[in-house]
Amino acid sequence: MSGAIASFELSYAARRRSRRAATLFYGAVLIACLIVSAWVSEAFPETLAAGLPRVGEYFHKLAPKLEWAKLLSDVKTEGSIAYWFYRADLWGWMLFETTQIAALATLFGFCAALALCFTASVNLAPNRAVYLVSRRVLELFRTVPDIVYALILVYAFGVGPPAGIFAIALHTTGALGKLFAEVVENADMRPWEGVRAAGGTWLHGVRYAILPQVLPNFLSYLLLRFEINVRGSTVIGFVGAGGIGQELYLVIAKNYYEEIGAIIIMIILTVALIDMISERLRSWATGT
Amino acid sequence: MSDVAAWRARMPGAFGASPARMAMRISLGVLALGWLVTLLVWFDLTPARLWAGLAGLGKIVRLMIPPSPGDQWRDILNGLAQSVAMAFLGSFVALLVAIPLGFLGARNVVVNMLAHFTLRRFFDGLRGMDQLIWALAFVRAVGLGPLAGVMAITAAEVAILAKLFAEAIENADSRQSEAITAVGGNGLLRVRFGLLPQVAPVMLAQFLYQVESNTRSASILGVVGAGGIGLQISERIRVGYWDQVLFIIILILCTVAVIDWISARIRRRLIGETTR
Repeated sequence: MSGAIASFELSYAARRRSRRAATLFYGAVLIACLIVSAWVSEAFPETLAAGLPRVGEYFHKLAPKLEWAKLLSDVKTEGSIAYWFYRADLWGWMLFETTQIAALATLFGFCAALALCFTASVNLAPNRAVYLVSRRVLELFRTVPDIVYALILVYAFGVGPPAGIFAIALHTTGALGKLFAEVVENADMRPWEGVRAAGGTWLHGVRYAILPQVLPNFLSYLLLRFEINVRGSTVIGFVGAGGIGQELYLVIAKNYYEEIGAIIIMIILTVALIDMISERLRSWATGT
Repeated sequence: MSDVAAWRARMPGAFGASPARMAMRISLGVLALGWLVTLLVWFDLTPARLWAGLAGLGKIVRLMIPPSPGDQWRDILNGLAQSVAMAFLGSFVALLVAIPLGFLGARNVVVNMLAHFTLRRFFDGLRGMDQLIWALAFVRAVGLGPLAGVMAITAAEVAILAKLFAEAIENADSRQSEAITAVGGNGLLRVRFGLLPQVAPVMLAQFLYQVESNTRSASILGVVGAGGIGLQISERIRVGYWDQVLFIIILILCTVAVIDWISARIRRRLIGETTR
């Protein structure tokens, strides 16, 4: 009896010891990584001590100087909400333009992803070569961030929304194409066999056997991607590719503090509104 | 023949859409087409402009091949190291801030509905701001350089991680916490021994995924001056060294792939250990 307890205690102590040694070792590795990355990213104690107060100062300046008594007066009165958002109509229009850039880019990306996803799924690809090529193409589109595409396309298409639209569309093609291919791979193959057995071509099979099964999922992913793209399109203007980003870049560069705050609040509200609408549509698309 | 007519009368739905539905479909289609044409005109996406753009793109692609590192190896590698370091440090600081915020935002820890609702909407609002906006603001606040990038990643990441953590905590099994209450533990002990062991693996997995995702985004923060490899890319695009641009893009893709691989290994190892 006591022998069993003693051997239990021994092995318990041994396990604890090895556990503690491992924790110490990996903790030391983690701390070393942190120190190296702090050193590489120039986050020294003295720069932090100098920088952090300035961060507080900067974000404090973004807050408007509102006066309680004049809060609801007209555009001319300093200290009112209307004075703060004195260019709300222009910014609202630019935000609308931004959402339309995102919508068009999402649509283009959706069409391209739809064209590529069936050959990129292992159960439908006519042969291995087509499968591998479609997969690699989608991967290539997906892994490069949309801002990098925008930087390059601004040189090809000139400054303005087209560069942004194609940049976001390219990234969307890759991201959606991969998700779509995964949905197609999980589809029930019996309708497909039925269509093919009845003499349907590959395209008939895709249209009448696969598409009806996967379309609700596709629409749900499309709407999710639209939400992401609205966020992305607010900054695509930083490199000159259209939308509210161009205006935001300008006011940040010129230190128009109150306008920065106003535009950011409008962006956040727009994104929240789009998210809400898209959530409704998504629950309708998936039928829940 | 009369059979078909009879069936058509009994089951109109089986013979295609009714006229009203057809009219609605057609008008919706016309509406969508009108929207599309309006946008194409508005954004000046004419065939001529598309053709000119594609020609310009073709020229750029020809200049990109073959990719070449140029003679500024050190700058490129330094930028790459900065990007990875920014992503890791930024995510780690965000993790430290997000853990307590996640517990505060979870419905089963802070039961007050008003507090829960306010905090969660606050996270959502912060998430509406893209990382690049944060980066631009921090560059103005603390100056050019990777420190602004670290702060931008931290600020954007806290909201994402806090939301993910709060959801993970809400999905945790409540029986462990009840057991702690039953043996007389207080709120803090309930969190430590009832919730934390359940959610720590989930939190760790999400943190590692976010490190991967931030490595991607840290590679572009330099575009607005917040350090890292993005600065190298935008400089070379400005002067038209397209072969070096392609080289840097390939280098970024390789780095991201390596980080993915490392984080998958860590995930498998650590989460395998904790669930055993």
